[in-house]
Amino acid sequence: MLASKSKSCSFGALVAALVIGSFGSVQAADDIWKDLHRDVFDNRQIIENDGMIELEAPVRAEDPAVVPLTMRIPAGAGDVKTLTLVIDKNPAPIAATFHFGEAAGSGERTLTTRVRVDMYTNIRAVIETADGKLHMATKFVKASGGCSAAASKDADEALANLGKMQIRVFDGEAATAQTPPVKEAQVMIRHPNFTGMQMDPVARTYTPAKFVQDMEIKRGDDLVIRMEGGISISENPNFRFTFVPAADDVIEVIAKDTDGGVFKATSAGKSS
Amino acid sequence: MQRRSRALSTSSLCALGTLLASLFSLAAPALSAEPLTIKEVAPGVFVHQGKYELFTPRNSGDTSNAGFVVGSDAVAVIDTGGSAKLGAALLAAIRAETNLPIKYVINTHMHPDHVFGNAAFTGENPAFVGHAKLPRALAARNDRYLAINKELLGDSFAGTQIIAPTELVSDRLEIDLGDRKLLIEAYPTAHTDNDLTVLDEQTGTLFLGDLLFARHVPALDGSIRGWINVLHRLTERQDVKLAVPGHGPASMPWPQALADQQRYLDAVAQDVRRMIKEGKTLAEAARTAGLSEKDAWLLFEEYHARNVSAAFAELEWE
Repeated sequence: MLASKSKSCSFGALVAALVIGSFGSVQAADDIWKDLHRDVFDNRQIIENDGMIELEAPVRAEDPAVVPLTMRIPAGAGDVKTLTLVIDKNPAPIAATFHFGEAAGSGERTLTTRVRVDMYTNIRAVIETADGKLHMATKFVKASGGCSAAASKDADEALANLGKMQIRVFDGEAATAQTPPVKEAQVMIRHPNFTGMQMDPVARTYTPAKFVQDMEIKRGDDLVIRMEGGISISENPNFRFTFVPAADDVIEVIAKDTDGGVFKATSAGKSS
Repeated sequence: MQRRSRALSTSSLCALGTLLASLFSLAAPALSAEPLTIKEVAPGVFVHQGKYELFTPRNSGDTSNAGFVVGSDAVAVIDTGGSAKLGAALLAAIRAETNLPIKYVINTHMHPDHVFGNAAFTGENPAFVGHAKLPRALAARNDRYLAINKELLGDSFAGTQIIAPTELVSDRLEIDLGDRKLLIEAYPTAHTDNDLTVLDEQTGTLFLGDLLFARHVPALDGSIRGWINVLHRLTERQDVKLAVPGHGPASMPWPQALADQQRYLDAVAQDVRRMIKEGKTLAEAARTAGLSEKDAWLLFEEYHARNVSAAFAELEWE
């Protein structure tokens, strides 16, 4: 479902040309979603705005390359198999698919990340609950150019730090006091997440797509979240999520990028 | 048409020429533009003050300061405005002062409002001078800058292209305009990763580009830590008497000119660091950090939350 490396590269270049060529033109938003509904969700019935998933997004993004999104799943949703994040008008509309493990719990769950938004678009969070039903929350976000925006404010620094990771486990008293109790943690990865639509200034060609495509977050041996990611996740991927605390709250992360890079980190030995 | 309006000298006919030029601006940029208003801030040092606005078709990208320094042999231009049309108007202003050759066009950094006017100067065959990292920064943004700003500027975009520097500065470069030397200095990542300043040694006038914003809220596109460090270093300088900001009045007293911006950046950094420590998110910070500065600046709504967002994404790695 996710664009393969070579495909997203040439596709990216094509889309970049289209974006520039058709700047300001309005595509029928409904048609795009109709296609996505068919291709991604097999035209299955989707229940909208029933409170099983909430999506928080800025109406107007400050920076189209770093648009913060928070997804909230209430305890009432029970077990959730997957959360698919769709950005209708991005060149690769599926930003990420998150699979929830047992350490994610079944109480209130939140997940915050940052995405690129290429043009004014609907953003959708779709969950599949244990009963196989699909639920969706949608937000319209005004932002443009996030996918072709130059990779980094400081290109040298970005290169020097590639693969560095930070994990932070928060000691939020309010969250821990909840029933059932939850804790929050944050995973940060230094990675350009190249979209394939950004110009390589030296070669004067498009920098090939290179992005974190798989990430597994565990609490000890138990899975919290596994993510299949695409080019719509912002540079320096950043995920903040809730999990069920255990005797030992060590969070371990393994992330893999499309070039075979493997990045590992653990929160062991750190406190926040 | 260009030739005719150049040959005519009375102001009314010039105005007519400009009118005709603007009527035909879709076909060709108005090379015979009405001169930009300029102020002589020190002997031989001229500055055009840009508007406190975003790019619109009406302002032709006239949103930043541009200037020039006249020596006994040559002229150096420092930033060229936000469109070829504006660059042409700057060139007209220079030609109203002097016929000396324009040997240098210096760009203080990559942003369109400072480099888009370069196209108007290619006929003068100057050396285009920029930070060693400017070519890479412009190349990475070339298509996007042109596409976005074509949209913003409308007809006044005509003729605009990105002209990369031909002479690079990675540390310092002194150029001689004839009995007058300019010291060009390159900085580590601050406002952007390709900031330069230009000092006219004779008058102590320092062109800071967008290392200095006044009244116009600062815009962060580099590193907030780097920018704060650069400002600390600049405050110490004894060889500067007068500051020319990239946005703000044509000239300002030194070093008082730096104070407001230092306060702004410190406030943003301090709030953002506190919120990161408290476990707040980027979205929360974008809503509330640095709001104590709200009434001190113009265009606050347009840039501030984005500055906070950029500062957060940088400082969360500390």
